[in-house]
Amino acid sequence: MKSFFNKFSGLKKSARSNMITLALCLAAFGFVTAMVATGNASRHMKSLLVPICINIILTVSLNLVIGFLGELSLGHAGFMSVGAYAACLFSIAFEETLPVMVRFPLAMLIGGIAGGLFGLLVGIPVLRLKGDYLAIVTLAFGEILRSIIINLEFTGGASGLKGMPQDSTFNWGFIAVVITLFVVMNLVDSRHGRAIMAIRENAIAASAVGININRYKLMVFTVAAFFAGVAGALYGHNYSIMTAGTFDYNKSIEILVMVVLGGMGNIRGSIISAVLITVLPEMLRGLADYRMLIYAVVLIAMMLLGTSEKFMMLRYRLAPKRLIKRALQERQNRKDEKEARKYG
Amino acid sequence: MAERIMVPVPPKAIIPSRDVGKRPILETHHLGIEFGGLKAVDDIDFAIGPSEICGLIGPNGAGKTTVFNLLTNVYQPTRGTILLDGYDTKGLSPDRVNRMGIARTFQNIRLFSNMSVLDNVKTGLHANMKTSFLSSITHGFGYSKAEKEADERAIELLKFFNMEHLKDHQAGALPYGAQRRLEIVRALATKPGILLLDEPAAGMNPSETAELMENIRRIRDEFNIAVMLIEHDMNLVMGICEGICVLNYGRIIAKGTPDEIKNNPKVIEAYLGKKAE
Ligand SMILES: Nc1ncnc2c1ncn2[C@@H]1O[C@H](COP(=O)(O)OP(=O)(O)O)[C@@H](O)[C@H]1O
Ligand SMILES: [Mg+2]
Repeated sequence: MKSFFNKFSGLKKSARSNMITLALCLAAFGFVTAMVATGNASRHMKSLLVPICINIILTVSLNLVIGFLGELSLGHAGFMSVGAYAACLFSIAFEETLPVMVRFPLAMLIGGIAGGLFGLLVGIPVLRLKGDYLAIVTLAFGEILRSIIINLEFTGGASGLKGMPQDSTFNWGFIAVVITLFVVMNLVDSRHGRAIMAIRENAIAASAVGININRYKLMVFTVAAFFAGVAGALYGHNYSIMTAGTFDYNKSIEILVMVVLGGMGNIRGSIISAVLITVLPEMLRGLADYRMLIYAVVLIAMMLLGTSEKFMMLRYRLAPKRLIKRALQERQNRKDEKEARKYG
Repeated sequence: MAERIMVPVPPKAIIPSRDVGKRPILETHHLGIEFGGLKAVDDIDFAIGPSEICGLIGPNGAGKTTVFNLLTNVYQPTRGTILLDGYDTKGLSPDRVNRMGIARTFQNIRLFSNMSVLDNVKTGLHANMKTSFLSSITHGFGYSKAEKEADERAIELLKFFNMEHLKDHQAGALPYGAQRRLEIVRALATKPGILLLDEPAAGMNPSETAELMENIRRIRDEFNIAVMLIEHDMNLVMGICEGICVLNYGRIIAKGTPDEIKNNPKVIEAYLGKKAE
């Protein structure tokens, strides 16, 4: 045990922080699983577990684009839908022939690959655009995709796709979350991650130190779309019917709100805000009607607060790490005082 | 077979005595660029040998920064060619020419402000690190070894400028002089054959400037690379440059050693305005 702690404190700060994030997720998973096993979770609560996983994956992956690369993409729901349909069509085709233990991981992988492929295809022409233009074009992409899906035969058209096996479970969702976190957190803390953040910080300087900007933008776009596809696969196998309408721009905006609320480039924040935004509207049923309105207010508030110095100071002072440090410091001070009294 | 014709090369070297028998690390032919009809840079011809320190001077707006932007392919020239270590860089991207061996700093500092000092330097090492995408997303397959080597190399480079104690600081929060030095370290991390410095002493106090002069000399000696610098501080330019190129209205008006430049009437005129007849 001691050697584990020594090893742990010898790790890089970033690696330590990543391990803590994963450990917290594991603890939450254990807690929820125990609740369910002991019959302490209501049906309603249980029905939220897979959506929570889906939203965590969507938020963390979009944060890679918005928070780390610094580009605004509003097409995340589009990539999600590609993954959802690809995975569901696969599962329908192989429902009889493959056991679920093989079928569902494969379906998620196929969803991810389909999403990633679309990310790559859309990314190549689109990533030359910057800022607002990129946001508009990705938004349009999502909408175009939705109308195509509605007008196709094999996707079930406007009436939706039926007949996929209900393979999504909390366990599978959790595994997908862990893989997403593992990949994204590792990527960010690597030479590729530094290149991505350098582009956000200063694109001209990044290319002056040999970073191929288009290549890295495409990489981020593809990785994010891959995980959106995985989330889509989880989504598709969680309901008995899936319609293209679910993947409209409202969904993309919802993911954006989760990213912004959790903090740009803050993965732990993304997880927390994804949980909150999934659970709160369901808990406070009355709120559901005002969801989009609340999202708008949250977005505006975060934009205003995000640039306010006072708010930044407040966040800095209230950061858990600092609070703990201060508490420890105070305890130490009291101890020192006691010692001083004893001997003085 | 056609006979090979030897055409006499026009004298381009900023330091002519050094031209003999050496392939220049950087060479331009009739380089020029127009912005909406205005010739910001026109017909620039020069050559720099390996491990030479050359200055590019001239009044404000003369086109010095534009020359750097052309050399690093931030701008595509309207006419002329650039040869980097003998290779034509026409149409290549800025990141590509950096990897071919040209690195630079910026007149208005461009650091990765929200990243740590160490990460700024490690970003400079990016192209020389060979870890794959797979290794990055798994932190396996040689990731730890590569990161450790990068850390060591970055700290070595920071030590060169006495900055290693600042490695965990946020780059944007450094004092001005340290930011300028960090930009140089980051550029050096890319392993260039020639380093372009755009007003490296701007905003520095005299003692910092003196230290910078010493450092530029050490860069040339220890890294064995060429340095071209734009600078208004004449003590610095005359003190360390072996050759100087003077620009006015986008054209080269003089080239030569510091002594030649100091006494060149055209240069004096450009700096002090037209002499009364
Ligand atoms: N991108 C650009 N578009 C239009 N004009 C430019 C551009 N870059 C530079 N110029 C013009 O070129 C001239 C030279 O500028 P610059 O190279 O920055 O001068 P300096 O010698 O002070 O570094 C200036 O007149 C400037 O306005
Ligand atoms: Mg300039």
